[in-house]
Amino acid sequence: MNTPNLLTPSQTVGPFFTLGLQQSASLEQNRSPLTNVISGNGHKISISGKIMDGNLEPIPDALIEIRQPDNLGKFNNPNFLGFARSHTGYNEEKEFLFDTVKPNASSVYGAPHICVVIYMRGLLTQLYTRIYFSDELEANSRDQVLSMIPERRRGTLIAQQKENIGKTIYQFDMYMQGDQETVFFHP
Amino acid sequence: MSKIDLTQHPPFVYSEYKSSLLRGPKKPLVKLHDICEGQPRIQLGERQGGLTNQFSVPEIDNNLLLNSTQGGEPFGERMVVSGKVLDRWGHPQPGVLIEIWQANASGRYRHKTDEQNAPLDPNFSGVGRCITDADGEYRFYTIKPGAYPWKNHPNAWRPSHIHFSIIGESLADRLITQMYFSSDPLLEYDPIFTATPQANKQRLISKLDLSLAETDFALGYKFDIILNGAKVAPTDSEELEQPSEHP
Repeated sequence: MNTPNLLTPSQTVGPFFTLGLQQSASLEQNRSPLTNVISGNGHKISISGKIMDGNLEPIPDALIEIRQPDNLGKFNNPNFLGFARSHTGYNEEKEFLFDTVKPNASSVYGAPHICVVIYMRGLLTQLYTRIYFSDELEANSRDQVLSMIPERRRGTLIAQQKENIGKTIYQFDMYMQGDQETVFFHP
Repeated sequence: MSKIDLTQHPPFVYSEYKSSLLRGPKKPLVKLHDICEGQPRIQLGERQGGLTNQFSVPEIDNNLLLNSTQGGEPFGERMVVSGKVLDRWGHPQPGVLIEIWQANASGRYRHKTDEQNAPLDPNFSGVGRCITDADGEYRFYTIKPGAYPWKNHPNAWRPSHIHFSIIGESLADRLITQMYFSSDPLLEYDPIFTATPQANKQRLISKLDLSLAETDFALGYKFDIILNGAKVAPTDSEELEQPSEHP
């Protein structure tokens, strides 16, 4: 019998991660290969939002990463890296921001969604959540993960489409604690 | 596909770590593996592979002694930090992007919000990255970071540490952690370290390894990294690697 090795435990990302993990660091060279943009075919969308702490104050130093399939629902597309990184220090509103393409559902049993991982000072272990879309009512109603979540909490996983000219923008705010606490997953 | 073993990671709220009190979630996590049990047609995006061999970085990026020089060398005790990235079964993980960031020898980060009273080093950014090779190995050249004070409790000082970000095959393998040094007397006072489960907290501590040292130039520290690993348990006949012993 093989016994699995003990894992390397997580530690907090701390307050200074933009130094090592962001292209927007003050360094002119030696920059991260990851950006907040996912390029590919399909409908271009932007997703922005805040992350609120237990006092409903926006958190200015959270790191957020997303993973998604392409516009056909495929993860194994060699021309599509559906992975991007942002943080909540992009503007004075303390929002994160992604420019991407709308994913299709990766199976007929689910609704289109984006997988999310968040990290921040004060969080010792990363958290997983998902972004579903407010304009996918029918698909959302048959998604096997969404439908297992109590109805009153389901809305925490749904990005709200905002009317904008030329580009579709979604708002996705997260709440770390309290009545509106976002649904976080154990994958 | 392995689910993440949360018992091997620190808790979301830990009373001695003050900033966790308003930031750690308090409701139970929703278990995706329970939802998917007996439903093989559900494919979780969180466990989809494909994130290795996706990135390339300039070779110089793993050398923090040179990658941001202004013509001189950084102050501090030079060291090689090297190890293997393995999954929990011992399979080497090639093509993994490792990104590190750290304080300089005085304990100061080159970051606009680090306002502590310690000097910056013009020849040191504290930022490095590399991709693991075919054997899952990585190597950095850097200097030993200094300890520094923070505001968690009176006379709180973080032990010397290097931040590591590791992008394995899938989001379920994603790891952000910190590497420490053995015999650091600050470790037992550090709530970020002490929050870690007893069984595997030694995995966070690098080991002095003179076989990695470069004579008259740099000491060597070994730091193997064990990811969650999406692969299933190997067969008994498969030869697998064991990570280095705990210090």
